[in-house]
Amino acid sequence: MAGLEDLYREIILDHYRSPRNRGELDTPPANMTEGFNPLCGDEIRVYLELDGDTISEIRIGGQGCSISQSSASMMTTAVLGRTVDEARQVLKAFKAMMSIHQGDLDGDPPPGVTDGEEPISLGDLEALRGVVKFPVRIKCATLAWNTFDHGLDEISA
Amino acid sequence: MSASTSQTTTPLDAAAVKADFPLLQRSVNGSPIVYLDSGATSQKPRQVLKVIDTYYHEINANVHRGAYHIAELATSAMEQARAKVQRFIAAPSSSEIIFTKNATEAINLVAHSWGRANLSEGDVVLITGLEHHANIVPWHQLAAERGVEVRWIPLTDDGRLDLHDLDSLLEGVRLVALSSASNVLGTLTPVRELADAAHAVGALCLVDASQSVPHLPTDVTEWDCDFVAFTGHKMCGPTGIGVLWGRSELLEAMPPFMGGGEMILDVTMEGFTPNELPWKFEAGTPPIAQIIGLGAAVDYLDSIGMDSVRAHEMALTDYALRTLADRHGDDLLVHGPSAVADRGGVLSMCYRDIHPHDLSQVLDQRGVCVRAGHHCAKPLMRLLGVGATARASLYIYNDESDIDALSEALTEAGDFFAHQPA
Repeated sequence: MAGLEDLYREIILDHYRSPRNRGELDTPPANMTEGFNPLCGDEIRVYLELDGDTISEIRIGGQGCSISQSSASMMTTAVLGRTVDEARQVLKAFKAMMSIHQGDLDGDPPPGVTDGEEPISLGDLEALRGVVKFPVRIKCATLAWNTFDHGLDEISA
Repeated sequence: MSASTSQTTTPLDAAAVKADFPLLQRSVNGSPIVYLDSGATSQKPRQVLKVIDTYYHEINANVHRGAYHIAELATSAMEQARAKVQRFIAAPSSSEIIFTKNATEAINLVAHSWGRANLSEGDVVLITGLEHHANIVPWHQLAAERGVEVRWIPLTDDGRLDLHDLDSLLEGVRLVALSSASNVLGTLTPVRELADAAHAVGALCLVDASQSVPHLPTDVTEWDCDFVAFTGHKMCGPTGIGVLWGRSELLEAMPPFMGGGEMILDVTMEGFTPNELPWKFEAGTPPIAQIIGLGAAVDYLDSIGMDSVRAHEMALTDYALRTLADRHGDDLLVHGPSAVADRGGVLSMCYRDIHPHDLSQVLDQRGVCVRAGHHCAKPLMRLLGVGATARASLYIYNDESDIDALSEALTEAGDFFAHQPA
């Protein structure tokens, strides 16, 4: 049985209570993308600003549960200062971690994300792995990331 | 609203009722299940499960087709279920009972069939701030397609309809579409008053009764409305079956919603002749087992008596509001009307600053099932100024021990988030 401690890891609650990079950016120069979780009403705004190819500023607005808010906060620290390509790699690795494989539900580790040679290290984001055991909450954890994904597409378009 | 509870009402025996529901005997996460999400769907008594099982085991056949024994039994069982539903809501005729997939389809049927035939640019559909998306989006769709205006009846601070400006709101209105009970706040609405007001300006009145038919005696002639939509799975019946009741003369004049088998009297290479009511609106093989199961659910509720159901839920709601307030004080906010007579057993809660999703997750560890989210009523959530609530909704099988378990689990949830290292 998946216990609450699998879901509410200490670092997740830390990011929930003290969210990093919360706020807004002027648009323009920043790009703002909105995301909704139609199941629970969580709403998020991801503000992105690039310096050349590098993500120089990122801010998160909106409201949601501890999982969506902490995931958004951790995402900002994971992608700030990275190039768009690097950020997309992190995004891909995170989404792979959040996809439900039968093995996850049985307790086996999911297949590693290699994408070429070396697996991407997700660092603190690994704390969100336990969310997969609570399938209803996966959409909470991925809301910021999907919104960020759309934001990158809008900027690149 | 016939919510009165006379002295002669037989008290509901909650323990006996609970024993009828096999699912309520199970445990969740090591605790006995405490099911408080009947506003989303009710559990099913063994009497209903048995009827569905027997249908498939003994009389499964398509209806209105075969002239053989089991086909006749299946057809007869289905049409008997229609008559049971008719009596349950005091409808004048069983031919006015249209079976749909759910309440959403019932409302869409009216929007597509009656709406497209009767509404045009500038016509107004008046709905309320309490509505479920099922009674909002079909009208938004007509607005986009036809230029129909969707207008809203505002709410008072405690979540009742604000009818102060009703006369001016009714200007240009062709249809008043309202829920009889809110799925978020439990608010009971003055259906008859609004039906009368609609008729006074030449408009029709549609009632989304999904949250009241399972909980209160229903009399569509007393409401004097024109359409009523509700769903089977919230009233002890199976999923996949809903009901539209409509006045015969309106249904007769309306074009069919979907085309196919069953809904025709004749089909030629040039065209078709629609079937009579109610089959005109029931294209294709109907959900036979579900219809028969709904009939069994009606029998089950009748055996308890809807006056007793309402009396039980009022008493339990009163107990819940009092004990939760006593124990949790300002930590707990329950939205909606405070008077039990004005509401059903739906408690939309905000507890401390714990997000409803997190709250319901922790409650689940104690087997307590509540719904977290916007409850398909985003305009109402915006009026309340919240993104989500945790909703406990009561039914016939709930008793004071369920409320006590909820109350205890709330305290534990508070402790869990308070004791985490910051």
